[in-house]
Amino acid sequence: MTFETAVFYLFSAILLASAAMVVTIRNPVKSVLFLVLAFVSAACLWILLHAEFLAIVLVLVYVGAVMVLFLFVVMMIDVNLAVLRQGFTEYLPVGAVVAVLMVVEIALVVGPRQFAPMQVIAAMAPAAHPHVSNTRALGLLLYTTYVYPFEIAAAILLVAIIAAIALTMRRRPDTKYQDPARQVEVRARDRVRLVKMPSEPKT
Amino acid sequence: MMAALFTFWGAMPAWSQVFLWDLAKIVAIVLPLMLGVAYLTFAERKVIGYMQVRIGPNRVGPRGWLQPIADGLKLLLKEIIVPTGANKGLFIIAPVLALMPALVAWAVVPFTNTLVLANINAGLLFVLAVTSMGVYGVVIAGWASNSKYAFLGSLRSAAQIVAYEIAMGFALVGVLMAAGTLNLRKIALEQAGGFWHWLFLPLFPLFLVYFIAGVAETNRAPFDVAEGESEIVAGFHVEYSGMSFALFFLAEYANMILVSALTAVLFLGGWYPPFDCAPFTWIPPLAWFLLKVAVILFLYLWLRATFPRYRYDQIMRLGWKVLIPVTLVWIGVMGFVMFFTPWAFVFYR
Repeated sequence: MTFETAVFYLFSAILLASAAMVVTIRNPVKSVLFLVLAFVSAACLWILLHAEFLAIVLVLVYVGAVMVLFLFVVMMIDVNLAVLRQGFTEYLPVGAVVAVLMVVEIALVVGPRQFAPMQVIAAMAPAAHPHVSNTRALGLLLYTTYVYPFEIAAAILLVAIIAAIALTMRRRPDTKYQDPARQVEVRARDRVRLVKMPSEPKT
Repeated sequence: MMAALFTFWGAMPAWSQVFLWDLAKIVAIVLPLMLGVAYLTFAERKVIGYMQVRIGPNRVGPRGWLQPIADGLKLLLKEIIVPTGANKGLFIIAPVLALMPALVAWAVVPFTNTLVLANINAGLLFVLAVTSMGVYGVVIAGWASNSKYAFLGSLRSAAQIVAYEIAMGFALVGVLMAAGTLNLRKIALEQAGGFWHWLFLPLFPLFLVYFIAGVAETNRAPFDVAEGESEIVAGFHVEYSGMSFALFFLAEYANMILVSALTAVLFLGGWYPPFDCAPFTWIPPLAWFLLKVAVILFLYLWLRATFPRYRYDQIMRLGWKVLIPVTLVWIGVMGFVMFFTPWAFVFYR
Protein backbone atom coordinates (compact mmCIF):
# COMPACT_ATOMS: atom_id res chain seq x y z
CA MET A 1 0.00 0.00 0.00
CA THR A 2 1.50 3.30 -1.04
CA PHE A 3 1.41 6.43 1.07
CA GLU A 4 -1.31 8.01 -1.12
CA THR A 5 -3.54 4.95 -0.77
CA ALA A 6 -3.18 5.03 3.01
CA VAL A 7 -4.07 8.73 3.10
CA PHE A 8 -7.03 8.10 0.77
CA TYR A 9 -8.42 5.36 3.02
CA LEU A 10 -7.87 7.48 6.13
CA PHE A 11 -9.80 10.46 4.77
CA SER A 12 -12.49 8.26 3.20
CA ALA A 13 -13.02 6.59 6.57
CA ILE A 14 -13.28 9.98 8.31
CA LEU A 15 -15.66 11.22 5.60
CA LEU A 16 -17.98 8.22 5.87
CA ALA A 17 -17.92 8.18 9.66
CA SER A 18 -18.66 11.91 9.96
CA ALA A 19 -21.41 11.67 7.33
CA ALA A 20 -23.00 8.88 9.37
CA MET A 21 -22.69 10.98 12.53
CA VAL A 22 -24.42 13.95 10.82
CA VAL A 23 -27.68 12.01 10.53
CA THR A 24 -27.47 9.97 13.73
CA ILE A 25 -26.20 12.34 16.42
CA ARG A 26 -28.87 13.89 18.63
CA ASN A 27 -27.43 17.36 19.13
CA PRO A 28 -28.09 19.52 16.01
CA VAL A 29 -25.04 21.76 16.63
CA LYS A 30 -22.76 18.74 16.77
CA SER A 31 -24.44 17.42 13.65
CA VAL A 32 -23.49 20.62 11.80
CA LEU A 33 -19.92 20.34 13.09
CA PHE A 34 -19.72 16.77 11.77
CA LEU A 35 -20.94 18.05 8.40
CA VAL A 36 -18.03 20.51 8.49
CA LEU A 37 -15.67 17.62 9.18
CA ALA A 38 -17.17 15.74 6.23
CA PHE A 39 -16.55 18.73 3.93
CA VAL A 40 -12.95 19.09 5.08
CA SER A 41 -12.32 15.36 4.53
CA ALA A 42 -13.83 15.62 1.05
CA ALA A 43 -11.54 18.57 0.34
CA CYS A 44 -8.55 16.48 1.41
CA LEU A 45 -9.63 13.73 -1.00
CA TRP A 46 -9.77 16.29 -3.82
CA ILE A 47 -6.28 17.48 -2.93
CA LEU A 48 -5.17 13.86 -3.40
CA LEU A 49 -6.66 14.05 -6.92
CA HIS A 50 -4.57 17.22 -7.59
CA ALA A 51 -7.78 19.25 -7.79
CA GLU A 52 -6.44 21.88 -5.40
CA PHE A 53 -8.69 24.68 -6.70
CA LEU A 54 -11.87 22.66 -6.10
CA ALA A 55 -10.65 21.51 -2.69
CA ILE A 56 -9.76 25.00 -1.49
CA VAL A 57 -12.99 26.50 -2.84
CA LEU A 58 -14.98 23.77 -1.09
CA VAL A 59 -13.36 24.77 2.21
CA LEU A 60 -13.67 28.49 1.46
CA VAL A 61 -17.33 28.49 0.39
CA TYR A 62 -18.91 25.66 2.33
CA VAL A 63 -16.81 25.47 5.49
CA GLY A 64 -15.94 29.16 5.69
CA ALA A 65 -19.28 30.72 4.81
CA VAL A 66 -22.26 28.41 4.29
CA MET A 67 -21.72 26.23 7.34
CA VAL A 68 -21.02 29.23 9.56
CA LEU A 69 -24.45 30.62 8.68
CA PHE A 70 -25.92 27.15 9.19
CA LEU A 71 -24.36 26.95 12.64
CA PHE A 72 -25.57 30.48 13.30
CA VAL A 73 -29.18 29.45 12.63
CA VAL A 74 -29.02 26.02 14.29
CA MET A 75 -27.59 27.51 17.49
CA MET A 76 -30.49 29.93 17.77
CA ILE A 77 -33.42 27.62 17.10
CA ASP A 78 -34.48 25.14 19.73
CA VAL A 79 -34.89 21.88 17.85
CA ASN A 80 -37.21 19.42 19.54
CA LEU A 81 -35.94 16.04 18.37
CA ALA A 82 -38.83 14.08 19.91
CA VAL A 83 -41.26 15.78 17.52
CA LEU A 84 -38.91 15.30 14.59
CA ARG A 85 -38.61 11.59 15.31
CA GLN A 86 -42.36 10.98 15.41
CA GLY A 87 -43.48 8.66 12.63
CA PHE A 88 -39.94 7.53 11.93
CA THR A 89 -40.93 3.89 11.37
CA GLU A 90 -43.96 4.97 9.36
CA TYR A 91 -41.88 6.86 6.77
CA LEU A 92 -38.93 4.47 6.86
CA PRO A 93 -39.93 2.25 3.85
CA VAL A 94 -40.59 5.25 1.58
CA GLY A 95 -37.38 6.90 2.69
CA ALA A 96 -35.40 3.73 2.10
CA VAL A 97 -36.77 3.38 -1.44
CA VAL A 98 -35.90 7.00 -2.23
CA ALA A 99 -32.40 6.57 -0.79
CA VAL A 100 -31.74 3.40 -2.79
CA LEU A 101 -33.01 5.05 -5.99
CA MET A 102 -30.75 8.04 -5.42
CA VAL A 103 -27.69 5.86 -4.80
CA VAL A 104 -28.39 3.93 -8.01
CA GLU A 105 -28.82 7.15 -9.99
CA ILE A 106 -25.61 8.63 -8.60
CA ALA A 107 -23.77 5.42 -9.41
CA LEU A 108 -25.13 5.52 -12.98
CA VAL A 109 -24.10 9.14 -13.49
CA VAL A 110 -20.72 9.28 -11.78
CA GLY A 111 -19.80 5.58 -11.58
CA PRO A 112 -16.33 4.43 -12.57
CA ARG A 113 -17.48 3.42 -16.06
CA GLN A 114 -18.24 7.02 -16.92
CA PHE A 115 -14.61 7.98 -16.51
CA ALA A 116 -11.82 7.28 -18.95
CA PRO A 117 -9.45 4.42 -18.13
CA MET A 118 -6.96 5.20 -15.39
CA GLN A 119 -4.04 5.50 -17.82
CA VAL A 120 -5.76 8.31 -19.71
CA ILE A 121 -6.52 10.13 -16.46
CA ALA A 122 -2.93 9.75 -15.36
CA ALA A 123 -1.77 11.23 -18.66
CA MET A 124 -4.19 14.16 -18.36
CA ALA A 125 -3.65 14.82 -14.67
CA PRO A 126 -2.18 18.21 -13.79
CA ALA A 127 0.55 16.40 -11.90
CA ALA A 128 1.97 15.47 -15.29
CA HIS A 129 2.30 19.19 -16.07
CA PRO A 130 3.35 20.79 -12.81
CA HIS A 131 3.82 24.21 -14.42
CA VAL A 132 0.14 24.40 -15.50
CA SER A 133 -1.90 25.91 -12.69
CA ASN A 134 -5.04 23.99 -11.87
CA THR A 135 -6.87 27.27 -11.28
CA ARG A 136 -5.86 28.74 -14.62
CA ALA A 137 -6.86 25.57 -16.51
CA LEU A 138 -10.26 25.51 -14.81
CA GLY A 139 -10.82 29.22 -15.45
CA LEU A 140 -9.94 28.90 -19.14
CA LEU A 141 -12.39 26.03 -19.56
CA LEU A 142 -15.19 27.76 -17.63
CA TYR A 143 -14.93 31.02 -19.54
CA THR A 144 -14.43 29.59 -23.04
CA THR A 145 -15.92 26.13 -23.67
CA TYR A 146 -18.52 26.23 -20.91
CA VAL A 147 -19.22 29.95 -20.78
CA TYR A 148 -22.97 29.67 -21.54
CA PRO A 149 -23.78 26.97 -18.94
CA PHE A 150 -21.63 28.90 -16.47
CA GLU A 151 -23.41 32.19 -17.05
CA ILE A 152 -26.83 30.50 -16.98
CA ALA A 153 -25.95 28.91 -13.64
CA ALA A 154 -24.87 32.33 -12.35
CA ALA A 155 -28.15 33.90 -13.50
CA ILE A 156 -30.19 31.14 -11.84
CA LEU A 157 -28.27 31.66 -8.60
CA LEU A 158 -28.86 35.41 -8.78
CA VAL A 159 -32.59 34.87 -9.28
CA ALA A 160 -32.61 32.47 -6.33
CA ILE A 161 -30.87 35.03 -4.11
CA ILE A 162 -33.32 37.77 -5.06
CA ALA A 163 -36.27 35.41 -4.53
CA ALA A 164 -34.98 34.35 -1.10
CA ILE A 165 -34.55 37.96 -0.02
CA ALA A 166 -37.95 38.96 -1.42
CA LEU A 167 -39.65 36.08 0.39
CA THR A 168 -38.14 36.83 3.79
CA MET A 169 -38.21 40.61 3.65
CA ARG A 170 -41.14 42.19 5.41
CA ARG A 171 -41.48 45.88 5.87
CA ARG A 172 -42.42 46.86 9.36
CA PRO A 173 -43.66 50.42 9.52
CA ASP A 174 -42.88 50.68 13.22
CA THR A 175 -39.12 50.00 12.99
CA LYS A 176 -36.96 53.01 13.61
CA TYR A 177 -33.74 53.28 11.68
CA GLN A 178 -31.14 55.88 10.91
CA ASP A 179 -30.44 57.23 7.44
CA PRO A 180 -26.69 57.93 7.35
CA ALA A 181 -27.04 60.04 4.19
CA ARG A 182 -29.33 62.44 6.04
CA GLN A 183 -27.12 62.37 9.12
CA VAL A 184 -24.10 63.38 7.08
CA GLU A 185 -25.99 66.21 5.39
CA VAL A 186 -26.91 67.85 8.68
CA ARG A 187 -25.25 71.22 9.20
CA ALA A 188 -24.96 72.98 12.52
CA ARG A 189 -26.96 76.01 11.32
CA ASP A 190 -30.00 73.76 10.61
CA ARG A 191 -30.12 72.56 14.18
CA VAL A 192 -28.71 75.35 16.31
CA ARG A 193 -29.64 79.00 16.06
CA LEU A 194 -27.02 81.35 17.38
CA VAL A 195 -28.59 84.51 18.68
CA LYS A 196 -26.45 87.59 19.09
CA MET A 197 -27.32 89.47 22.24
CA PRO A 198 -25.67 92.48 23.68
CA SER A 199 -24.30 91.79 27.10
CA GLU A 200 -26.46 93.27 29.78
CA PRO A 201 -25.05 96.14 31.76
CA LYS A 202 -24.04 95.52 35.31
CA THR A 203 -26.78 96.41 37.71
CA MET B 1 30.85 14.32 16.72
CA MET B 2 29.55 16.18 13.65
CA ALA B 3 30.60 13.31 11.37
CA ALA B 4 28.68 10.84 13.55
CA LEU B 5 25.62 13.06 13.38
CA PHE B 6 25.85 13.27 9.60
CA THR B 7 26.13 9.49 9.21
CA PHE B 8 23.16 9.07 11.54
CA TRP B 9 21.15 11.57 9.42
CA GLY B 10 22.16 9.77 6.21
CA ALA B 11 21.15 6.39 7.63
CA MET B 12 17.58 7.52 8.37
CA PRO B 13 14.86 6.65 5.82
CA ALA B 14 14.03 9.34 3.28
CA TRP B 15 10.48 9.99 4.54
CA SER B 16 11.69 10.66 8.07
CA GLN B 17 14.32 13.06 6.75
CA VAL B 18 11.62 15.02 4.90
CA PHE B 19 9.38 14.91 7.96
CA LEU B 20 12.06 16.12 10.38
CA TRP B 21 13.28 18.83 8.00
CA ASP B 22 9.72 20.17 7.55
CA LEU B 23 9.14 19.99 11.29
CA ALA B 24 12.29 22.04 11.89
CA LYS B 25 11.08 24.65 9.38
CA ILE B 26 7.66 24.82 11.04
CA VAL B 27 9.28 25.32 14.46
CA ALA B 28 11.51 28.00 12.94
CA ILE B 29 8.36 29.89 11.85
CA VAL B 30 6.07 29.26 14.84
CA LEU B 31 8.57 30.01 17.62
CA PRO B 32 9.46 33.54 16.42
CA LEU B 33 5.75 34.06 15.71
CA MET B 34 4.84 33.20 19.31
CA LEU B 35 7.60 35.48 20.57
CA GLY B 36 6.28 38.18 18.24
CA VAL B 37 2.79 37.70 19.66
CA ALA B 38 4.10 38.01 23.22
CA TYR B 39 5.98 41.22 22.46
CA LEU B 40 3.11 42.58 20.36
CA THR B 41 0.96 42.55 23.50
CA PHE B 42 3.75 44.44 25.27
CA ALA B 43 4.10 46.90 22.38
CA GLU B 44 0.35 47.43 22.40
CA ARG B 45 0.30 48.31 26.09
CA LYS B 46 3.31 50.59 25.73
CA VAL B 47 2.09 52.35 22.56
CA ILE B 48 -1.42 52.89 23.88
CA GLY B 49 0.11 53.97 27.19
CA TYR B 50 2.20 56.70 25.57
CA MET B 51 -0.73 57.77 23.39
CA GLN B 52 -2.76 58.27 26.56
CA VAL B 53 0.14 60.05 28.31
CA ARG B 54 0.87 57.11 30.58
CA ILE B 55 4.04 55.05 30.80
CA GLY B 56 2.61 51.55 30.52
CA PRO B 57 4.08 48.42 32.12
CA ASN B 58 7.59 49.14 33.44
CA ARG B 59 8.01 46.96 36.57
CA VAL B 60 8.91 43.44 35.42
CA GLY B 61 12.51 43.28 34.19
CA PRO B 62 14.42 46.22 32.71
CA ARG B 63 11.89 48.83 31.47
CA GLY B 64 9.17 46.16 31.67
CA TRP B 65 10.63 43.95 28.95
CA LEU B 66 9.84 40.74 30.84
CA GLN B 67 6.17 41.68 31.29
CA PRO B 68 4.83 39.37 28.49
CA ILE B 69 6.84 36.44 29.88
CA ALA B 70 5.37 37.05 33.35
CA ASP B 71 1.86 37.29 31.85
CA GLY B 72 2.37 34.02 29.99
CA LEU B 73 3.61 32.24 33.12
CA LYS B 74 0.68 33.55 35.13
CA LEU B 75 -1.84 32.33 32.56
CA LEU B 76 -0.11 28.93 32.33
CA LEU B 77 -0.36 28.38 36.07
CA LYS B 78 -3.99 29.45 36.44
CA GLU B 79 -6.81 26.98 36.74
CA ILE B 80 -9.04 26.36 33.72
CA ILE B 81 -12.60 26.61 34.96
CA VAL B 82 -15.28 24.81 32.97
CA PRO B 83 -18.71 26.30 33.75
CA THR B 84 -21.53 23.98 34.81
CA GLY B 85 -23.85 23.32 31.92
CA ALA B 86 -21.04 23.95 29.44
CA ASN B 87 -20.48 21.43 26.68
CA LYS B 88 -17.11 20.24 27.95
CA GLY B 89 -15.60 18.75 24.80
CA LEU B 90 -16.49 21.68 22.58
CA PHE B 91 -15.54 24.14 25.34
CA ILE B 92 -11.99 22.77 25.39
CA ILE B 93 -11.66 22.37 21.63
CA ALA B 94 -12.87 25.89 20.73
CA PRO B 95 -9.66 27.80 21.57
CA VAL B 96 -7.67 25.19 19.64
CA LEU B 97 -9.94 25.71 16.63
CA ALA B 98 -9.37 29.46 16.93
CA LEU B 99 -5.58 29.19 17.06
CA MET B 100 -5.08 26.46 14.43
CA PRO B 101 -6.00 28.49 11.29
CA ALA B 102 -3.98 31.47 12.52
CA LEU B 103 -0.87 29.26 12.56
CA VAL B 104 -1.59 27.11 9.47
CA ALA B 105 -1.90 30.12 7.15
CA TRP B 106 1.76 30.99 7.83
CA ALA B 107 2.77 27.95 5.76
CA VAL B 108 2.38 29.89 2.51
CA VAL B 109 3.54 33.37 3.56
CA PRO B 110 6.77 34.26 1.73
CA PHE B 111 9.21 36.08 4.02
CA THR B 112 11.76 36.63 1.25
CA ASN B 113 12.15 35.34 -2.27
CA THR B 114 13.57 32.04 -1.00
CA LEU B 115 12.30 31.90 2.58
CA VAL B 116 8.86 30.28 2.28
CA LEU B 117 7.68 26.98 3.76
CA ALA B 118 5.26 25.92 1.00
CA ASN B 119 5.46 27.72 -2.33
CA ILE B 120 2.09 26.57 -3.69
CA ASN B 121 0.25 27.81 -6.77
CA ALA B 122 -3.05 28.57 -5.05
CA GLY B 123 -1.44 30.31 -2.06
CA LEU B 124 -3.83 33.27 -1.95
CA LEU B 125 -6.89 30.98 -2.05
CA PHE B 126 -5.32 28.77 0.62
CA VAL B 127 -4.90 31.72 2.96
CA LEU B 128 -8.49 32.84 2.39
CA ALA B 129 -9.84 29.32 2.98
CA VAL B 130 -7.81 28.69 6.12
CA THR B 131 -8.47 32.07 7.73
CA SER B 132 -12.19 31.68 7.04
CA MET B 133 -12.17 28.67 9.38
CA GLY B 134 -11.06 30.80 12.33
CA VAL B 135 -14.64 31.87 13.03
CA TYR B 136 -15.52 28.36 14.22
CA GLY B 137 -13.41 28.78 17.33
CA VAL B 138 -15.33 31.93 18.25
CA VAL B 139 -18.78 30.53 17.42
CA ILE B 140 -18.22 27.22 19.23
CA ALA B 141 -16.74 29.00 22.25
CA GLY B 142 -19.83 31.17 22.53
CA TRP B 143 -22.23 28.26 22.21
CA ALA B 144 -20.36 25.77 24.39
CA SER B 145 -19.99 28.24 27.28
CA ASN B 146 -23.74 28.09 27.93
CA SER B 147 -23.77 31.79 28.76
CA LYS B 148 -25.87 34.59 27.30
CA TYR B 149 -23.03 37.10 27.00
CA ALA B 150 -20.72 34.62 25.33
CA PHE B 151 -23.48 33.57 22.96
CA LEU B 152 -24.29 37.16 21.97
CA GLY B 153 -20.61 37.85 21.36
CA SER B 154 -20.19 34.82 19.16
CA LEU B 155 -23.30 35.63 17.09
CA ARG B 156 -22.04 39.17 16.51
CA SER B 157 -18.64 37.85 15.58
CA ALA B 158 -20.00 35.26 13.12
CA ALA B 159 -22.13 37.82 11.25
CA GLN B 160 -19.30 40.32 11.19
CA ILE B 161 -16.65 37.91 9.96
CA VAL B 162 -18.85 36.50 7.20
CA ALA B 163 -19.71 40.03 6.01
CA TYR B 164 -16.14 41.32 5.93
CA GLU B 165 -14.79 38.14 4.37
CA ILE B 166 -16.69 39.02 1.19
CA ALA B 167 -15.14 42.48 1.02
CA MET B 168 -11.72 40.98 1.73
CA GLY B 169 -12.17 38.33 -0.98
CA PHE B 170 -13.19 40.95 -3.55
CA ALA B 171 -10.20 43.12 -2.64
CA LEU B 172 -7.99 40.09 -3.27
CA VAL B 173 -9.66 39.56 -6.67
CA GLY B 174 -8.20 42.93 -7.64
CA VAL B 175 -4.72 41.80 -6.53
CA LEU B 176 -5.21 38.63 -8.53
CA MET B 177 -6.13 40.61 -11.66
CA ALA B 178 -3.14 42.92 -11.31
CA ALA B 179 -0.60 40.20 -10.52
CA GLY B 180 -2.01 37.50 -12.79
CA THR B 181 -1.22 34.73 -10.31
CA LEU B 182 -2.45 33.21 -7.05
CA ASN B 183 1.05 32.34 -5.88
CA LEU B 184 1.98 34.72 -3.04
CA ARG B 185 5.69 34.64 -3.90
CA LYS B 186 5.00 35.51 -7.54
CA ILE B 187 2.63 38.31 -6.49
CA ALA B 188 5.49 39.85 -4.51
CA LEU B 189 7.93 39.25 -7.39
CA GLU B 190 5.58 41.25 -9.67
CA GLN B 191 6.22 44.29 -7.47
CA ALA B 192 10.02 44.34 -7.84
CA GLY B 193 11.88 47.63 -8.25
CA GLY B 194 10.82 50.77 -6.41
CA PHE B 195 7.68 51.64 -4.51
CA TRP B 196 5.95 52.96 -7.64
CA HIS B 197 5.64 49.31 -8.76
CA TRP B 198 3.93 48.26 -5.53
CA LEU B 199 0.29 47.31 -5.95
CA PHE B 200 -1.08 49.68 -3.31
CA LEU B 201 -0.88 52.59 -5.78
CA PRO B 202 -3.02 51.24 -8.66
CA LEU B 203 -5.23 49.34 -6.20
CA PHE B 204 -5.49 52.06 -3.58
CA PRO B 205 -9.25 51.61 -2.84
CA LEU B 206 -8.79 47.86 -2.59
CA PHE B 207 -5.78 48.37 -0.31
CA LEU B 208 -7.91 50.44 2.06
CA VAL B 209 -10.79 47.95 1.91
CA TYR B 210 -8.42 45.05 2.56
CA PHE B 211 -6.89 46.73 5.58
CA ILE B 212 -10.24 47.75 7.08
CA ALA B 213 -11.66 44.27 6.45
CA GLY B 214 -8.52 42.81 8.02
CA VAL B 215 -9.07 44.86 11.18
CA ALA B 216 -12.70 43.72 11.27
CA GLU B 217 -11.81 40.07 10.59
CA THR B 218 -9.43 39.98 13.54
CA ASN B 219 -12.13 41.47 15.81
CA ARG B 220 -9.94 44.41 16.70
CA ALA B 221 -11.00 47.88 17.77
CA PRO B 222 -12.95 49.76 16.41
CA PHE B 223 -14.72 46.58 15.22
CA ASP B 224 -14.43 44.62 18.48
CA VAL B 225 -18.15 44.24 19.22
CA ALA B 226 -17.52 40.51 19.64
CA GLU B 227 -15.72 41.42 22.87
CA GLY B 228 -17.57 44.64 23.69
CA GLU B 229 -16.38 45.05 27.28
CA SER B 230 -18.94 47.74 28.05
CA GLU B 231 -22.01 45.75 26.91
CA ILE B 232 -21.32 42.01 26.98
CA VAL B 233 -18.32 41.93 29.37
CA ALA B 234 -15.82 40.12 27.14
CA GLY B 235 -18.04 38.48 24.55
CA PHE B 236 -17.29 34.98 23.42
CA HIS B 237 -14.41 34.33 25.86
CA VAL B 238 -16.09 35.60 29.01
CA GLU B 239 -16.20 32.09 30.54
CA TYR B 240 -12.62 31.19 29.69
CA SER B 241 -9.73 31.32 32.12
CA GLY B 242 -6.07 30.40 32.28
CA MET B 243 -4.42 28.91 29.22
CA SER B 244 -7.66 28.38 27.29
CA PHE B 245 -8.23 32.15 27.51
CA ALA B 246 -4.62 32.77 26.50
CA LEU B 247 -5.09 30.66 23.36
CA PHE B 248 -7.80 33.05 22.15
CA PHE B 249 -5.42 35.93 22.66
CA LEU B 250 -2.61 34.11 20.86
CA ALA B 251 -5.01 33.51 17.97
CA GLU B 252 -6.10 37.15 17.81
CA TYR B 253 -2.56 38.51 17.80
CA ALA B 254 -1.25 35.82 15.42
CA ASN B 255 -4.09 36.79 13.07
CA MET B 256 -3.13 40.46 13.36
CA ILE B 257 0.45 39.66 12.40
CA LEU B 258 -0.83 37.43 9.59
CA VAL B 259 -3.04 40.16 8.10
CA SER B 260 -0.14 42.62 8.37
CA ALA B 261 2.22 40.19 6.65
CA LEU B 262 -0.30 39.57 3.87
CA THR B 263 -0.84 43.31 3.41
CA ALA B 264 2.93 43.70 3.09
CA VAL B 265 3.18 40.88 0.54
CA LEU B 266 0.12 41.76 -1.52
CA PHE B 267 0.17 45.55 -1.57
CA LEU B 268 3.48 46.83 -0.21
CA GLY B 269 5.99 44.88 -2.27
CA GLY B 270 6.82 42.15 0.23
CA TRP B 271 10.57 42.07 0.86
CA TYR B 272 11.51 44.75 -1.71
CA PRO B 273 13.02 48.08 -0.60
CA PRO B 274 11.13 51.26 -1.60
CA PHE B 275 14.00 52.43 -3.83
CA ASP B 276 16.07 50.00 -5.85
CA CYS B 277 19.39 51.81 -5.23
CA ALA B 278 22.42 51.76 -2.94
CA PRO B 279 21.56 52.70 0.67
CA PHE B 280 18.25 50.84 0.59
CA THR B 281 19.54 47.59 -0.92
CA TRP B 282 22.14 47.26 1.89
CA ILE B 283 19.40 46.29 4.28
CA PRO B 284 18.54 42.57 3.88
CA PRO B 285 15.14 41.68 2.32
CA LEU B 286 13.89 39.95 5.47
CA ALA B 287 14.45 43.17 7.44
CA TRP B 288 12.40 45.15 4.90
CA PHE B 289 9.59 42.62 5.17
CA LEU B 290 9.57 42.70 8.98
CA LEU B 291 9.76 46.50 8.94
CA LYS B 292 6.64 46.73 6.75
CA VAL B 293 4.81 44.24 9.00
CA ALA B 294 5.82 46.30 12.05
CA VAL B 295 4.53 49.53 10.50
CA ILE B 296 1.14 47.97 9.72
CA LEU B 297 0.96 46.50 13.23
CA PHE B 298 1.63 49.96 14.63
CA LEU B 299 -1.36 51.17 12.58
CA TYR B 300 -3.48 48.52 14.32
CA LEU B 301 -2.43 49.78 17.74
CA TRP B 302 -2.89 53.39 16.68
CA LEU B 303 -6.44 52.62 15.50
CA ARG B 304 -7.26 51.01 18.82
CA ALA B 305 -6.00 54.00 20.77
CA THR B 306 -7.81 56.49 18.53
CA PHE B 307 -11.29 55.34 17.54
CA PRO B 308 -14.37 54.60 19.63
CA ARG B 309 -16.12 51.30 18.99
CA TYR B 310 -18.60 51.12 16.10
CA ARG B 311 -22.20 50.37 16.86
CA TYR B 312 -23.29 46.99 15.50
CA ASP B 313 -25.58 48.27 12.73
CA GLN B 314 -22.88 50.72 11.65
CA ILE B 315 -20.44 47.84 11.24
CA MET B 316 -22.90 45.93 9.08
CA ARG B 317 -23.65 49.02 6.99
CA LEU B 318 -19.96 49.74 6.45
CA GLY B 319 -19.29 46.17 5.38
CA TRP B 320 -22.22 45.56 3.07
CA LYS B 321 -23.08 49.01 1.76
CA VAL B 322 -19.69 50.73 1.56
CA LEU B 323 -16.77 48.33 1.32
CA ILE B 324 -18.32 45.69 -0.98
CA PRO B 325 -19.64 48.25 -3.54
CA VAL B 326 -16.24 50.00 -3.54
CA THR B 327 -14.47 46.74 -4.40
CA LEU B 328 -17.05 45.82 -7.06
CA VAL B 329 -16.72 49.21 -8.77
CA TRP B 330 -12.94 49.12 -8.70
CA ILE B 331 -12.83 45.57 -10.12
CA GLY B 332 -15.14 46.75 -12.93
CA VAL B 333 -12.91 49.77 -13.60
CA MET B 334 -9.82 47.54 -13.63
CA GLY B 335 -11.40 45.06 -16.04
CA PHE B 336 -12.50 47.85 -18.39
CA VAL B 337 -9.12 49.60 -18.35
CA MET B 338 -7.16 46.38 -18.78
CA PHE B 339 -9.11 45.04 -21.74
CA PHE B 340 -10.58 48.02 -23.60
CA THR B 341 -8.13 50.89 -23.18
CA PRO B 342 -4.41 51.37 -23.94
CA TRP B 343 -3.68 52.14 -20.26
CA ALA B 344 -3.58 48.52 -19.11
CA PHE B 345 0.05 49.01 -18.00
CA VAL B 346 -1.25 50.95 -14.99
CA PHE B 347 -2.55 47.72 -13.46
CA TYR B 348 -0.70 44.91 -15.20
CA ARG B 349 2.85 44.94 -16.44
